Amino acid sequence: MSSTALSASHGAFDDVAHGGGEHHHHDDGSKTLLGFWIYLMSDCLIFSGLFATFAVLANATAGGPSGKELFELPYVLGETMLLLVSSVTFGMAMLNMHAGRKGQLLAWLAVTFVFGAGFIGMEVHEFAKLIQEGAGPDRSAFLSSYFTLVGTHGLHVTCGLIWLVVMMDMVRRHGLNDATRRRLSCLSLFWHFLDIVWICVFTFVYLRGAI
Amino acid sequence: MSVNKQALISRLRYAGVGVAVLLSGCNMEVLAPKGDIGADEKSLILIALGLMAIVAIPVIAMTLWFAWRYRSGNKKATYAPNWSHSTGVEVVVWTVPAIIVAILAVITWRSSHALDPYKPLASEARPVTVQVVSLDWKWLFVYPEYGVASVNELAFPVDRPVNFQITSDSVMNAFFIPQLGSQIYAMAGMETKLHLIAREPGSYEGLSTNFSGEGFSDMHFKAIATSEDGFKDWIAKAKAAQVTLDGDSYKALAQPSQKVPVSYYGAVTPGLFASVVNKHMGDMSHGEMPMDSHHDMSQAGMPMDMHHHEDGDAVSSNTTPTQAEK
Amino acid sequence: MFGKLTLDAIPYHEPIVMGTLAAVILGGLALFAVVTKYRLWGYLWKEWFTSVDHKKIGVMYIIVALVMLLRGFSDAIMMRLQQAMAASDAAGYLPPHHFDQVFTAHGVIMIFFVAMPFITGLMNLVVPLQIGARDVAYPFLNSLSFWLFVSGVVLVMVSLFVGDFAATGWLAYPPLSGLQYSPTVGVDYYIWSLQLSGLGTTLSGINFIVTIMKMRTPGMTLMKMPVFTWTSLVTNILIVAAFPVLTVTLALLTADRYLGTHFFTNELGGNAMMYVNLIWIWGHPEVYILILPCFGAYSEIVATFAKKPLFGYKSMVYATSCIGVLSFVVWLHHFFTMGSGASVNAFFGITTMIISVPTGAKLFNWLFTMYRGRVQFTVPMLWTVGFMVTFVIGGVTGVLMAVPGADFVLHNSVFLIAHFHNVIIGGVVFGVFAAINYWFPKAFGFRLNEFWGKASFWCWLVGFYLAFMPLYVLGLKGMTRRMNHYANPDWQPYLIVAALGAAVIAVGIFCTLVQFYVSVRDRKKLTDPSGDPWGGRTLEWSISSPAPFYNFATLPQVRELDQFWEDKQNGVAYVQPAKYEDIHMPRNTGVGVVMGAFGTVLGFALVWHIWWLAAVGLLGMIGAFIARAYDTDVDYWVPAAEVERIERSRHARLQQFQTTQVAPVAAPSRQKVA
Repeated sequence: MSSTALSASHGAFDDVAHGGGEHHHHDDGSKTLLGFWIYLMSDCLIFSGLFATFAVLANATAGGPSGKELFELPYVLGETMLLLVSSVTFGMAMLNMHAGRKGQLLAWLAVTFVFGAGFIGMEVHEFAKLIQEGAGPDRSAFLSSYFTLVGTHGLHVTCGLIWLVVMMDMVRRHGLNDATRRRLSCLSLFWHFLDIVWICVFTFVYLRGAI
Repeated sequence: MSVNKQALISRLRYAGVGVAVLLSGCNMEVLAPKGDIGADEKSLILIALGLMAIVAIPVIAMTLWFAWRYRSGNKKATYAPNWSHSTGVEVVVWTVPAIIVAILAVITWRSSHALDPYKPLASEARPVTVQVVSLDWKWLFVYPEYGVASVNELAFPVDRPVNFQITSDSVMNAFFIPQLGSQIYAMAGMETKLHLIAREPGSYEGLSTNFSGEGFSDMHFKAIATSEDGFKDWIAKAKAAQVTLDGDSYKALAQPSQKVPVSYYGAVTPGLFASVVNKHMGDMSHGEMPMDSHHDMSQAGMPMDMHHHEDGDAVSSNTTPTQAEK
Repeated sequence: MFGKLTLDAIPYHEPIVMGTLAAVILGGLALFAVVTKYRLWGYLWKEWFTSVDHKKIGVMYIIVALVMLLRGFSDAIMMRLQQAMAASDAAGYLPPHHFDQVFTAHGVIMIFFVAMPFITGLMNLVVPLQIGARDVAYPFLNSLSFWLFVSGVVLVMVSLFVGDFAATGWLAYPPLSGLQYSPTVGVDYYIWSLQLSGLGTTLSGINFIVTIMKMRTPGMTLMKMPVFTWTSLVTNILIVAAFPVLTVTLALLTADRYLGTHFFTNELGGNAMMYVNLIWIWGHPEVYILILPCFGAYSEIVATFAKKPLFGYKSMVYATSCIGVLSFVVWLHHFFTMGSGASVNAFFGITTMIISVPTGAKLFNWLFTMYRGRVQFTVPMLWTVGFMVTFVIGGVTGVLMAVPGADFVLHNSVFLIAHFHNVIIGGVVFGVFAAINYWFPKAFGFRLNEFWGKASFWCWLVGFYLAFMPLYVLGLKGMTRRMNHYANPDWQPYLIVAALGAAVIAVGIFCTLVQFYVSVRDRKKLTDPSGDPWGGRTLEWSISSPAPFYNFATLPQVRELDQFWEDKQNGVAYVQPAKYEDIHMPRNTGVGVVMGAFGTVLGFALVWHIWWLAAVGLLGMIGAFIARAYDTDVDYWVPAAEVERIERSRHARLQQFQTTQVAPVAAPSRQKVA
């Protein structure tokens, strides 16, 4: 095929690469942020789907326990506070990033990680307790949708935690450059997005369920 | 409806018939209905086709004509290399289809309500109720008024409305007798409704139109529309069968089987249909017998509310029996 | 250790499957031998598999789609043959167990692994070139999308030989697709192959939105974008809005099958109707995702070959956007017979009909583009005219079924089958073949053979009508879809004609293959020295064929809708810039391939419940992604001198061509005609 011509010329160019980095990138940051926003919107649709499913199945307890019997609001409120505080600490981290203070940035990221991990720990504990009580996801359609909605959020937070660790390591190694700033901005968006989703979960799943 | 409009619609119908005849010279069951619902749906199809032909035929003709007329070899044809806008043309090509769609929309709104499968048919005659259960892979028909049941054969008198109550004790199926009209899904834990009437005696093909697995292709049945006497005879024949449809025999019947021959049950445990519906309504009864399952009816929020009409039947039939037990 | 996987999973007893397996193994070995003999592995790896060049990724998408077309079409032939034989309850040659997998695989493959990659491939190939960009916004992500899609393809193909595929119909309605009624791994293959490729699709949707929104060449405002790019934009917005719903739906089904949840089961409050709603909330936009870029391609083609600007550009854009929005409010028309209320049914029926208004406007716009034009009946134009006629019929039957009262007797019948093949073959397949013939020179530097292209078109056209008109009739005769055998002998003659139609289409596909072969053989004769073989209007035709890897040496300035056409009219189309600049390009990477490979491992392990292997697959994917994040050497600069060298030789060739030949396609002088 004559595409060889095209390919060969490309191959030739692989060797004449510059290091990159100090050269001016075409508006790379704004592209990334727009793309990440669009990704968040699509993730938002995933949660919408799960919320809709939960709304449909909320009363399908099939003789099993209902939210009112299961949910311990004070406990969940504690969880919620952990996540909300972690958003604040992430905000602090971002302020330090913009100020170029690497050490404080890393410290605040670490604090954020602790709060996030605490949230996940509490959630796992809650799930384990429910399953032990015989109120696992296989008990009723209501519980299936509850576990899936809350669990999907938890999974996102876990991904966020992994990402957080990677970013801390990357900042430690590479310092603050275009790439790490851009990625921290995305992670920050992601973290706050999960906070908002959690507020919806808290309101529609726990508060509404407990009433 | 004004006279003009009616004349137009009848002309459209003829246009539609023309299309249909063009398609095939042979007998098409859906276009040869034997009952009111089917007949209405046939004319609906023909009217809609006729209306759309107003746009479709000119478009096809213009496509071929323009393509030929303005072929590059034809230097006699006008060439307007920069002409790419005409408000007049735009207005026409948006409005004409819009008007036709508007007319179709009115027809759709009216016919959707008139032909709603849940709507009981207006008739002097007393309706016959048939409870239909789709099983893997056969149809069970229960006649609550007569206390008989049959498998893969359905009979009813002509000129009397038949009220079908339909559910599934397995996967999703659809209940359809092409020559009588509308079909409707059969779903577990749900009761759907269908109202049909036959105007000509005969034996019509019935089938499932929603794929349900291995034995699906043989999941068809005979729908016998007969005279009052013929119907009485059929009921008598069913009654003569020595088998009773109770918990055990139902359980045996519900086992997956294919190419199931026609059979009859001379007696049926009352409430069988309701218990089949209810056992899937969200409870603990994995594999429990249909007869003795009494359940908590906690399921309220069906997304597609199997709705309404007369006495809020779907919802009430979902809830009453078991709530009574509780 | 191996979960549910044992040697029994290989269907030894099925001669058809084993024959196919033998053929695939032999073919694979032969391919392997050829590649090894000519020492092409290094070349393929360096230049193709690890490429982040949107043009090459586009070409790879289309090649995989063509291969999968052969697989999906074999399924079609098998079905047509079975139904032609199995009259009067004869058994035919395919038992239900096999037949049910065949029709499921046919639908899944044709939509997800043929139509989607065709569309994605075309967008990859064309969109950056049309907007004057050097690549897509995220080149690595683009490569990752492709390889995730490939891992879905691999899983589907593996399911043929190890275990089985879903036997549920292409949308896997529960409860049939639940564990209770489908206990084998078939549905699991279905789920994981779609999840993997669906993830790829979502990522490429995001990629293209950002590309189109952020990377247009200076001066190209939204209303100066070529129509194909417009339709691609809307399609990608639909992808990002619809595919998450598919992800959720399949994830819930997965939970039912793996975790014992009760979303769609018959027990404990499960609700199968919810699945049907959710899957169609994705499913209906999906058909517009497929058809819109084809509408875009037809628009480009009809304007190019009628030698006129597209009639009603603005109304085309508005119509496309209308269709995009409306596609989300029509899903319920796929199940009028579920027993929703009359008003709900009527609402969704009417919204469906409303879509036919902008679609009709588009058809008229193409018509009036031909009007007072100079229509050249090249291969792409033939496909376009064939589409215009065929699609009208599909549209009419579609609107007919949007009337709930009519749908009550046509739903799930083979009339429906005829309808959607009418729009998908007549719309999407014709569009893809038109587009391939149209843009092929831009990818490879030579045109495709006309004779075999025309032969292919006529076979497809005739074959399509032969295959599907009988199905319309059969639908009116009460035949339902997915029947393995049937009692009514009246149906058989129609099904025999339909099978003959499928055979004619097979000849058409064969002609396409011959067309590729002959064109590669005669590539010198068919070469496209100008880069503008058709007298095109949009930017992609302003550069050489094949396009240089950096696409545009200097970013074009856009002031008009068809800037390149205007430039040609004004004689400034091929002016060389005074000075070239360094060009920033992304570097190739194998991470996409690696992640796709781990994805395949993950999917396969999940299908067979081999948990340790699934962990390996998942960790491999995550690890590779993180490793990529640490890679700082992801781009390079092409020095201006190198760009200049390439561009000079291109202009030299161009000049030589222009002096030896009269203008390639007579570009008519500007004249004011009414």
